[in-house]
Amino acid sequence: MEHAHHVEHPDMYDAESSKVGMWLFIFTELLLFGALFVIYAVYRYMNPDAFHLAGEELNRVIGTVNTVILLISSMTIAMATTALQKGHRNVAIGLVSITFVIGLAFLVNKYFEWGVKFSHGIWPGSEHMISEMSHGEILFFGLYFVMTGLHALHIIIGMAIMVFAVRGLARGKVHADRPSLLDNCGLYWHLVDLIWIFLFPLFYLIH
Amino acid sequence: MQTTAVNGANYLTYQGKYKGLLGWIFSTDHKRIGLLYLYSIATMFTTGVLLGLAMKFELLAPGKTIMEAQTYNSVFTVHGVIMIFMVVVPGLPAVFGNLMLPIMIGARDVAFPKLNLLSWWLYVSGVFLVLAALLFGKGSPDTGWTFYAPYSFKTGTNMLPAIFGAFVLGFSSILTGLNFLVTIHRLRCKGMKWMKLPLFVWTLYGTAWIQLLATPVVGITLVLVALERVFGVGIFDPALGGDPILYQHLFWIYSHPAVYIMILPAMGAISEIIPTFSQKHIFGYKAIIASTMAIAFVGYLVWGHHMFTAGMSGTAQYYFSLLTFIVAIPSAIKVFNWISTLYKGSINIQTPFYWAVSFIFVFMIGGLSGLVLGALATDVHVHDTAFVVAHFHYIVFGGTGFAFFAAMHYWFPKIFGRMYDKAWANTGWLVFFVGFLALYTPMFYLGMMGMPRRYYDYLEEFHGGNILSTFGSWVLATGFIIIVVNLVRSARKGAPAEANPWHGRTLEWTVPSPPPVLNFDKEPVIGENDGPYNYE
Repeated sequence: MEHAHHVEHPDMYDAESSKVGMWLFIFTELLLFGALFVIYAVYRYMNPDAFHLAGEELNRVIGTVNTVILLISSMTIAMATTALQKGHRNVAIGLVSITFVIGLAFLVNKYFEWGVKFSHGIWPGSEHMISEMSHGEILFFGLYFVMTGLHALHIIIGMAIMVFAVRGLARGKVHADRPSLLDNCGLYWHLVDLIWIFLFPLFYLIH
Repeated sequence: MQTTAVNGANYLTYQGKYKGLLGWIFSTDHKRIGLLYLYSIATMFTTGVLLGLAMKFELLAPGKTIMEAQTYNSVFTVHGVIMIFMVVVPGLPAVFGNLMLPIMIGARDVAFPKLNLLSWWLYVSGVFLVLAALLFGKGSPDTGWTFYAPYSFKTGTNMLPAIFGAFVLGFSSILTGLNFLVTIHRLRCKGMKWMKLPLFVWTLYGTAWIQLLATPVVGITLVLVALERVFGVGIFDPALGGDPILYQHLFWIYSHPAVYIMILPAMGAISEIIPTFSQKHIFGYKAIIASTMAIAFVGYLVWGHHMFTAGMSGTAQYYFSLLTFIVAIPSAIKVFNWISTLYKGSINIQTPFYWAVSFIFVFMIGGLSGLVLGALATDVHVHDTAFVVAHFHYIVFGGTGFAFFAAMHYWFPKIFGRMYDKAWANTGWLVFFVGFLALYTPMFYLGMMGMPRRYYDYLEEFHGGNILSTFGSWVLATGFIIIVVNLVRSARKGAPAEANPWHGRTLEWTVPSPPPVLNFDKEPVIGENDGPYNYE
């Protein structure tokens, strides 16, 4: 091996590539949740009454509040993207931070919502569920915990990306001519929002 | 960022940010990552082969030969998990896709080099997770590579790391597919129009879409099995109202398209090799592209043929059977194209050519035996027998495996800048090919006679076929050793190779062997009249 030559690899940055890449990744996320929606559809079809009964247990107020929260957060992250396009870096940092806090509020609500379920003895594999609930109700709550849990995990991932976006903005690595990280952060957050827009009626509203 | 001129240094020898081994495992160079994949996959393939040999040895005689039933269950499970998730699914795309795709389209690297490196790291993490399942906990997984519910969450063996490992490997596969899609869309050099892309690139493109769109489904399904084990969610557990058949549907919605992840790039490599060694324009370039995309699309719609006997409505069975027959058509189109390319070509018989024509031979047998399984009546007779095992080894090993060796011998001089010993390479191919036929052909017969798969024992009447099959496994292993020793030796000591030893017409043959760090001194331009297969 010769060691004479020091090589820097070329910078492959291309805003269009980043955007296409993110859209493709979002496609995979949709399929990930898509499988769960298929399972939901199958079991709802097989157990309509039990799903109706179990759905009554969920707290529509918290569900609605969280929906409003997420819609507002989608607005603030979109405003952050626009602010960066116009060159207002500090405004962008502020708006991403606000989005982060709103995401946190969503998780706090989720924590209390799940907490109430736990205090009623409802969690996957709990004594109460197995001995007193019908199969359909067990499936409903199983799907409820899996789907809202996986969604909450995506909220956390989205918030982690926000931390990187703010760091990039603060260090000047993300700027009006190189906005991909913030743009993709926004795209991802919209996806998280969009999935909730489907989860909310499926679990809380339709009977 | 700055780019230093690199006179004389190629991708194997240059000094990047890190030294020695670190310069490899932290390199974002697509060629180095391709080699990392080659070494990791070769290691896992060897492990899988050893497990396969152990199984064949157990089947040398009825009753217990060297292992107990439980051990045998673990061995076929681990053999399957390794060979499917770590060898044939990543196989050609991760190794030759990484090594050659950017060069073939005139690019300096893939679209996201760091993501590419992350894919390899995820691959390695997945491998270690699965290996952890073998070494720690209460025994190795024994469910078969399909992780069927409800056994996969009832068995006491160490399933969680194996399932999580398969999930991580799937994630690695998704990221590679995503990277290749963006690369092919965005980084083609000037004049490299879609209808001028080499066919290997086209097949990688079709494969990447399948990787992207099918893998997440199995990902979430595996997560659900893990949650079932840990919390008892009930989704696939009949005791709690869940439906194990639903698991099978979700599993095969990925795992059937995964078969095309395995075979499409193999077909692409063969589509490069056949015209190069016929010194002739490929016959039906557009037909091969159309059939590639047709396979990628129709391949999504046939998963039910894995479940004909598992309980599904008659209507669904007819539908899946019909589509299974339809998906065979584009594969047949490709075979006709390859044969027509050979016709009146000036054939240059070299090692890659031997591999390619033997690929066509075994692939046809594998494909036609697939139709026996896709037909409803015959499937009832031969499902879950050795016939199925013979069929998919003819496709996955005889197809993808042979194409891998073909591609290895085809691009070897480009990758290492050295030529292998051709006589030994041909000998290795012949021994391997004979061993392959002896190993798997008897299994068609045994399956037809009713020998079930996944049993460590069998009735006395199946003894003869099994002896031949086990003997074949030894011949095949001998061939494999010859091939590997020859290639490893030649990579270090072989005669220096020219830039274009086979007179290929695709872009990778226009750069020196091994390729320089940034592939091209200046970006190539493809003229109106240039094409990937323009031979006089």
